[in-house]
Amino acid sequence: MTTADTPIVTSGRDYSAPLVGFGTLVAFLLTIEAVIRIGWLNRFIVPPPSEIIASFGRLFTEEHILYRFFFTAGECFIAGVMVTICGIAIGVLMQRYSLLQRACETWVAAFASAPLVLTYPLFMVIFGRNAWTIIMMGFLSALPPVILKTIEGISGTRKVLVNVGRSFKLTATQQFWKILFPAALPTIFVGIRLGLIFALINVVGTEFLINFGGLGQLINDLAERYDLAGTYAAICFVILVSVLFFMGLEKVERWLRPVA
Amino acid sequence: MPPDAVRNDAILVADDIVVRFQTPEGPITAVDNVSFGVKPGEFLSVIGPSGCGKSTLFNVIGGLLNGYDGIVSVAGETISGPHKSIGMVFQEESTFPWRTVTDNVAFPLELIGMPKAKRVERARHFISLVGLDGFENRYPGELSGGMRQRVSLARTLASEPKILLMDEPFAALDEQTRLLLGDKVLQIQQELKQTTLLITHNITEAVQMSDRILVMTYRPGKVKRIVEIKLPRPRTSEIVGSEAFGRYVAQIWNDLREEANRGMRDAEKHALRQEQAL
Repeated sequence: MTTADTPIVTSGRDYSAPLVGFGTLVAFLLTIEAVIRIGWLNRFIVPPPSEIIASFGRLFTEEHILYRFFFTAGECFIAGVMVTICGIAIGVLMQRYSLLQRACETWVAAFASAPLVLTYPLFMVIFGRNAWTIIMMGFLSALPPVILKTIEGISGTRKVLVNVGRSFKLTATQQFWKILFPAALPTIFVGIRLGLIFALINVVGTEFLINFGGLGQLINDLAERYDLAGTYAAICFVILVSVLFFMGLEKVERWLRPVA
Repeated sequence: MPPDAVRNDAILVADDIVVRFQTPEGPITAVDNVSFGVKPGEFLSVIGPSGCGKSTLFNVIGGLLNGYDGIVSVAGETISGPHKSIGMVFQEESTFPWRTVTDNVAFPLELIGMPKAKRVERARHFISLVGLDGFENRYPGELSGGMRQRVSLARTLASEPKILLMDEPFAALDEQTRLLLGDKVLQIQQELKQTTLLITHNITEAVQMSDRILVMTYRPGKVKRIVEIKLPRPRTSEIVGSEAFGRYVAQIWNDLREEANRGMRDAEKHALRQEQAL
């Protein structure tokens, strides 16, 4: 029997990919640890991974990282709710009125790639040094992908589905809620997922810049105290939160597409 | 106006339908003075080569196309736009992927505000009618192409239309599924005494199912002939092998061959013109 006719037998779940991924991460950390201990990398620039891992405990006991996490999560949640409502509404309006779409789509797309975080002084002037500045920065940065994907989702609804609606004499409102919106929902959710990731990045970034709030401020505090192990541990925590957040959103997206 | 004796007692009448389109190569007449009637309970097929305006006619009768000359009337009432008496089954896959089979079929019942328990019960009746028992809670993505078309058919039937209008509903299916699905449609049509207008380019399908077949010319689409199919009913796909069936197929193919040839020559000329333009 050649390799070509060997039947592929799969039993249970295949863990090889996550295991290789985890192994690669461990190998990378061990390499960094070795390079620092040998002296090729200055430990005052990059602390050894073992010290970073060891300092995780005090982030919880001394730095109250969970409280800060919930603070950041709250800001992201408010920004997320705002961006979902406003982004979808603006996207729907732009799709509905072609003049508005032709006039604004290009600069909305340009906004998506602009470093909006640099506008934080403006929001500091408007809202002061408080959570609203951070929320508004998150909201603004998340808006373009939600708008653009809403337009794409609704415009991309298959014509035959619209015709089914017309054949059943649906009103414009029924056509939107019963056909256009559900058909566009998976694409809209891609926009919301991207938007929420942008919001999280900008919320933590603005917290860092204005030294206020949750995880971003914690990283700033630790860096100013020159607690490098703690700083890197906090950064790792933020990355971990982002990864889990991303995975959670992917699950929701799969749920929205019950069958591919 | 072509001779069509049934137009007096027809439930659906298309009278002098003319449809013109503007194209980059100038105006074209897609449908030219097409007139016919469909009697209650009758199965009429419209057949013609690609490009003869069959789908345009489907859109006109379904009320999806405006800007045509002529009149379409249902039970004496002139219609403009989609009409509640006409249920449409489309050529493309048209189930709602975010709804289960039951929810898809119950869609028209939901629109009229029928209570949930009652509409689920009604939906199950039509699901059973199209032979999809056991698939009520599946999503369209879990079904084959033929099954999805049956869901679309059940959804349209659930709205209890006086006239069922189908545009090549089996075009994307393989021959065997097409024949079996044809059986199913025939069975339903006979059971419900459903007035049906089928748009198709498939001669076998048209002869298998129809009481009459309206043969159209290639562009501009005109009525070339109306053929009455006097095969006994009830019919199934077994009739496909009979001698009488073969005679009808040959007769319609004779009518269509010349039109199909014209269509092919036209497509070749068009391709040449495009090549020269490049």
